[in-house]
Amino acid sequence: MAEAKAITQPPTGLQRATDAVFSGLCYSFAWLSVLVVIFIVLRIAFAAAPAVRQYGWGFLATRTWDPNKDQFGILPEIWGTMFTSILALGIGTAFGVAAAVFLSEGYLGGFVFSVLKIFHVEFHASWGRLPEQVENVLKNLIELLAAIPSVVYGLWGFFVVIPLIRPACDWLHTKMGWFAPFGTDLSGPGVLPAVLVLSIMILPTITAISRQALVSVPPKLRMAAYGLGATQWETIFAVILPTATRGIVGGILLAFGRALGETMALAMLVGNANVISFSLFSPANTLAALLANTFPEAHPKEIGVLMYAALVLLGITLVVNMIGAFILQRASAGIEGGK
Amino acid sequence: MKTPHRSLMVLVAIITVSFIACSGNKGSSEGVRLQGAGASFPAPLYQKWFKSYGASHNGVQIDYQSVGSGSGVKSVIDKTVDFGASDAAMTPEDMAKVDGGVQLLPMTAGCIVLTYNLKGVTSLKLSRAAYAGIFLGKVKKWNDPLITKENPGVTLPDEPVNVVVRADGSGTTFVFTKHLSAISPEFAQSPGVNTLPNWPVGTRSKGNEGVTASVMMTPGAIGYIEYGYAKSQNLPMAILANKSGSFVAPTTASAQAALATAQFPENLIAWVPDPDAKDAYPIATYTWLICYKQYYDKGKFQVLQDLLTYCVTDGQKESEALGYIPLPPEVADKAKAAIQNITLAPNAT
Repeated sequence: MAEAKAITQPPTGLQRATDAVFSGLCYSFAWLSVLVVIFIVLRIAFAAAPAVRQYGWGFLATRTWDPNKDQFGILPEIWGTMFTSILALGIGTAFGVAAAVFLSEGYLGGFVFSVLKIFHVEFHASWGRLPEQVENVLKNLIELLAAIPSVVYGLWGFFVVIPLIRPACDWLHTKMGWFAPFGTDLSGPGVLPAVLVLSIMILPTITAISRQALVSVPPKLRMAAYGLGATQWETIFAVILPTATRGIVGGILLAFGRALGETMALAMLVGNANVISFSLFSPANTLAALLANTFPEAHPKEIGVLMYAALVLLGITLVVNMIGAFILQRASAGIEGGK
Repeated sequence: MKTPHRSLMVLVAIITVSFIACSGNKGSSEGVRLQGAGASFPAPLYQKWFKSYGASHNGVQIDYQSVGSGSGVKSVIDKTVDFGASDAAMTPEDMAKVDGGVQLLPMTAGCIVLTYNLKGVTSLKLSRAAYAGIFLGKVKKWNDPLITKENPGVTLPDEPVNVVVRADGSGTTFVFTKHLSAISPEFAQSPGVNTLPNWPVGTRSKGNEGVTASVMMTPGAIGYIEYGYAKSQNLPMAILANKSGSFVAPTTASAQAALATAQFPENLIAWVPDPDAKDAYPIATYTWLICYKQYYDKGKFQVLQDLLTYCVTDGQKESEALGYIPLPPEVADKAKAAIQNITLAPNAT
């Protein structure tokens, strides 16, 4: 009674064991990532504990950083971090979402297509792929901005951007010095160069995520809008953008998280002066730049204080990142799960 | 179906064998490697010394990281380096933290210059009140009477003075604030002497290099940097008034005149915050190499002793070209004698 060997069979003991080991490994690595974050936060908190006890909440509200008198306060740094990040976010969002719309609507591909049409090669085997390839090149170029090291951005900003904007800033200061954002002189590094470079640094994040959100809008919505007689711009502003808002907002919040933590570029460009001013041209200081500059030389008694500042920065960044990730998750689930 | 697995295993085997072969080669070569870290002030000179010493002595490699005096001292305390370097020497508390003790050796000296960026101004004289006022934030414009008084033929613009100071803790700052505190009681009270004081004014840049770049890029800027950096970049240097009232430009001779007044105690740490010699440049300082009193590695100990002797004797000839001040002969002799205080531990390998 030779039976043909069955193709399907229950898992062997070895297969079950491999399965268990593999899934166990996956679980442990996943939990490891979570635990690493918790470990970092706890470790910094322990190191900061003596400074927290000594300075309390006053640390977040005072302005002096004087190691000789044991007076430490990070209000200028908190102000500088939020001011530069929010301004950079504004500029980055404007340009980033615009770039994302441009990419998602396929304008460049359409232009290349019409050029090909002149030569009647638009349906050619290899030429016909050109519009899509050009679109890909543009998308990759924007994402390449994220690959440039922070230090290079800082050097470029210092040697190129600052001299470039100096004439305009001096003119604005002399003509409109009464207006708070133009109140002081551009004495070298300051808020404005830092904001400009920072907005370029967060541009790829916003563009990539916004483009993803815009492209994920179901084609049915777009076609329905066109079918009702909407023009392309009416469709973009009334239908596509509102639908993709959640994803775009998630991308903006992630970029905000990145801007808050940006260290090297800002340390070179923001002037590192403990001043609080609404002027775009005055120097400022950020938490990350403060840590990068003072930590290597810190006396043992200053380390606790710096850890406290690190804890504050960690808190701000973690909260912003968590909100961004949460919104992004809700956005993609909503669109994929729905229509 | 076995072929892909087999070729993969062969590839892994080849890579593993080549790694073993490489590490085998490394282990067999004779070589001493010294690691040092510390002040950025003398870094160019140290790099030159260590490179030429390494080139002329086979198998010796000396690495020096210019991380700042504070980090250098910390590294010596933590025993992560073979030697450190500091412009601010070492406080007695820090020296007590190193078990076994440390030996400080003056290696070279330099002066701190005030460099400025003023179009058309080739020579700028600053009185003590002027430059103390600038760094206190009291003198805010270039055409302030305190500055114009000493510079009669020079047109100074009605522009704000853009002060550039250090963002990181630094031995250069320590020496400069020591001098400012010596000449201005107001400065001594408020920012005071520190490697990272609470400057009331100015933007901050990292390192001597950062301050140099900031001053070069910002019109109307003034900053304090080490003489070597200013000389190598051909930057204008302010002529300062010293204690006896004469205006002295920073040169090797004027710095040596200042350093000659230093009295050296047993531990070879001496300061000249405000020299009173007539032709002395007011801001000059020695800089020290910090070695442990005992070394446990015979190879490293021998190389270190030889290296230190080279630095305080033949090496001094190379200082001036880089903008440093050669040690006065008496001081070089004292340093050479003190090298003998560094000994090999009894249980050395």
